Amino acid sequence: MRNKFGIGVAVVATAALIAGCSSDPEPAASASTEPSSSASASEAPAIDGTGVELVVWTDAEREGALKAAAVQFEADTGATVTLVQKNFEDLRNDFIAQVPTGEGPDITVGAHDWLGALVTAGVVNTIDLGDRAGEFQEVAIDAMTYDGQLYGLPYSTEAIALIQNVDLVGDTAPTTWDEMIQMSNDAGFEDRPFILFTNGAAGDGYSAYPLQTSFGAPVFVQDESGSYTTEVGMGGDNGEAFAQFLYDNGSAGTGIFSDTIDYDTSNELFASGESPFIMQGPWMPFFDDSDMNLVVSAMPTAGGETAAPFVGVQGFYLSAQSENTLLANEFLTNYMSTEDAQRTLYEADPRLPALSALADEVSSDPITAGFVASAANGVPMPSIPEMGNVWDLWNAAEIQIITGAEPASTWSNMVTELEASLEG
Amino acid sequence: MSNDATVALKQSGSSPAPRESHARNWRGLGWGFIVKLMLMAIANALGITIILAAYNVEAWVILGASVVLLIVADLIYFMKRTLPLKYMFPGLLFLFVFQIFTLGYTGYVAFTNYGTGHAGSQQQAVDAALIQDERRVDDSPTYPLAVVRDGDTIGFAINADGFVQVGTEEEPLAAVDGAVVNDSGTPTEVPGWELVPRADLFSDQALQDAVVSLRVPVSEDAEDGSIRTREGATGAIYTSSLVWDPDAQTLTDTDTGVVYEANGEGNFATADGAQLPAGWVVTVGFDNFVKAVTDTALAGPLLKVTGWTFAFALLTVLTSFGLGLLFAIIYNDQRVKGRRFLRTLFILPYAFPAFMSALLWRGMLNREFGIVNDWFFFGADINWLGDPMLAKFVILWVNLWLSYPYWFLVCTGALQALSTETQEAARIDGAGRWRMFRSIILPLLLVSTAPLAIASFAFNFNNFTIIYMLTEGGPPFPGTSGLGSTDILISAIYSISGVDGGVADYGLASALSIVVFVIVGIISAIAFRQTRKLEEI
Repeated sequence: MRNKFGIGVAVVATAALIAGCSSDPEPAASASTEPSSSASASEAPAIDGTGVELVVWTDAEREGALKAAAVQFEADTGATVTLVQKNFEDLRNDFIAQVPTGEGPDITVGAHDWLGALVTAGVVNTIDLGDRAGEFQEVAIDAMTYDGQLYGLPYSTEAIALIQNVDLVGDTAPTTWDEMIQMSNDAGFEDRPFILFTNGAAGDGYSAYPLQTSFGAPVFVQDESGSYTTEVGMGGDNGEAFAQFLYDNGSAGTGIFSDTIDYDTSNELFASGESPFIMQGPWMPFFDDSDMNLVVSAMPTAGGETAAPFVGVQGFYLSAQSENTLLANEFLTNYMSTEDAQRTLYEADPRLPALSALADEVSSDPITAGFVASAANGVPMPSIPEMGNVWDLWNAAEIQIITGAEPASTWSNMVTELEASLEG
Repeated sequence: MSNDATVALKQSGSSPAPRESHARNWRGLGWGFIVKLMLMAIANALGITIILAAYNVEAWVILGASVVLLIVADLIYFMKRTLPLKYMFPGLLFLFVFQIFTLGYTGYVAFTNYGTGHAGSQQQAVDAALIQDERRVDDSPTYPLAVVRDGDTIGFAINADGFVQVGTEEEPLAAVDGAVVNDSGTPTEVPGWELVPRADLFSDQALQDAVVSLRVPVSEDAEDGSIRTREGATGAIYTSSLVWDPDAQTLTDTDTGVVYEANGEGNFATADGAQLPAGWVVTVGFDNFVKAVTDTALAGPLLKVTGWTFAFALLTVLTSFGLGLLFAIIYNDQRVKGRRFLRTLFILPYAFPAFMSALLWRGMLNREFGIVNDWFFFGADINWLGDPMLAKFVILWVNLWLSYPYWFLVCTGALQALSTETQEAARIDGAGRWRMFRSIILPLLLVSTAPLAIASFAFNFNNFTIIYMLTEGGPPFPGTSGLGSTDILISAIYSISGVDGGVADYGLASALSIVVFVIVGIISAIAFRQTRKLEEI
């Protein structure tokens, strides 16, 4: 592993003789570079971290994966990696609360949409993957980037996709919304041609987002580098066209969307064959234990543009107050970012890999390939700390429109309120 | 009677003085004293463990409190005069640790801005600002790097395309002749410098901190950036534009000339209001309390929530008490057959965990798939959980279902304890059923049940479970408050605290908790005073 790294460096170094180095006044002096012969094996940069303890917070699902991935690191360095298991939901707040007191871990597992809160709390350090960053999917690196700085090592991505029941409508994936509804109707599912998860009456802008983006109404405008600005993008004609679409298919229209579909209901309706199409993620239980014939594909467009789902990325964050910064960086950038370690993580806890090569490799499974394809269309979920407020307004407006409120004014009021709350 | 007690009796002879406690008696075999000694040894061992642990993590307040408590405990249990305290001390200890400390800490947080963006100290906010500002130069290569030292001076030796260069914080990079590198390009011998083995970096904390914070300028021109290492084996060129001036308490952006000043609100801000992301915790006086009543987005919803909290707690107690009492009177009548069996069935809702029942009801009340609409309302489209008034009704209904068995139990017991003589006397005096209930049974019943009703009010005032499991506070109010029509104060506090995601404001949440505490405290105090009058009948 170390040798590979050396070769990489040599290639980079020969390619670049720039900036700082060229400002050296002594031109190509006799800096004697004696190659391998004089440097014995014992002088290789073996890392001796004996006695050092890296504390890593993880949730139960990833504990085994991390333990396996840390074995090589422990063997190479003599350091110990202590895993502390917590509920995934608690990791974010505990990390924010504990790091400033000095009781926090060196590294924690986390989701990318916590990043805004972690950055404003000042508890997370930047990391530098160097050339390795190019080996990850762009959306994963973008998600872990906040204000132009990379803060986390991504390892998995997840996004919702269109799941269809082959036994009911065949295995041809529809390419447009109308085509999908037509397929359902032809198969005799006029009552419930498609299941949109709305989290009951609470609303779920996340699940409806591919439909929304297909109308060209992103939640925030992205700048040319892919980072989100705070400019709300869902107003205007495109946003109102989407609101009209929700209304036309809500209780006042076709009735495809309703505010009664919570997690268990959506799962039950699809698993029992009440409807042939659902837009959901790889976490749905019918992937684990059923003999359903399923096809997973990218969400078809309703408004003409690409239907881009939100991509959630999970990865590792480095504490800003870590006392073992050097070793923790070594662990993240030179061990956990390698294909071997990422494969170990995938095997112990299969989530779509963030590493491009690995994502291609696991795409031999058609279901996984469908989710990978959907995520490839996707955009990172915004990670600004104010997202909580955004969801509140956004979800509520969608539910109101689905249940028959006047679409254009409900939607534009929501956008106005959102803009006001982000300024204040 | 044990040996030592007999001995004690003999020795105290004929004197009428009270017998000495077993725990003080070490004459004879002295078992009582030995047991006490062992218990105190365990208590002391525990106390000393806590003190040492607190010392290790430098938690001085806990250390001080533990020392004081341990000394007090030893004094109390080894002194003769402190007999009452011997019984009271454990209770007082628990009161102090679990109630007063928690309340005190909540009170402290209520006067701070602790929350999203204000999590640590000012120094940590400065660290964060500097971390977030420092960026790698776009086209910087990654150099193999070794840490070198000359006495106390630490420097980096990098291998740039085969040329080894060395620099320190003061001295920019300069080429060194005669250096040796290994296979992977890392310098292994640098004339004039002593190479620091990487293992030392990990084990020596001071050295590690120095290496992590060391920036070696690439050239005399600061604009070119400086070499930094993250893991001690490679380096790259970074630039940073923020400069921290501890004396002036300012962070200055050297590129743009913008000055961020530490303001009193725990942020670095410019004169025109631009802020750095990370702030720190400061005390803000009564700001949180003021915000709860003046913030335009929050005050209105919070007022509605407060009103509903009172209505919810009061109506729940009244309805469930009323229904429980009614059933208790009916099923207390001798003429009802199979009373015992029926009473057992009545208790059932009380025996289920409340959160399970609430979730079940939530499913049954689903507008489209729930059995309530299907079975009882001919499949009508009644939006139980989505309509503000209906959702409030549903909350009251389900809570009535959950809590009337409790009152049924209590009232049945109380009814059976009423003296039949009083009732007989009333009947002889010609009192009808209603008169008897109003003037005899209810007043006598209230003597024993009123304190329970007050406790029930206080409990329901903070009945988070039913709200969260049934409606999660929804349907939401319009606007950005994040609160909803069925939110009570405690569930509103949960939303505001940001525990469930979103922007956290622990300061405001703590301030509201204090308000709730005061409200419940005052109401309970007044109500208990009133119930004392009932006993005078």
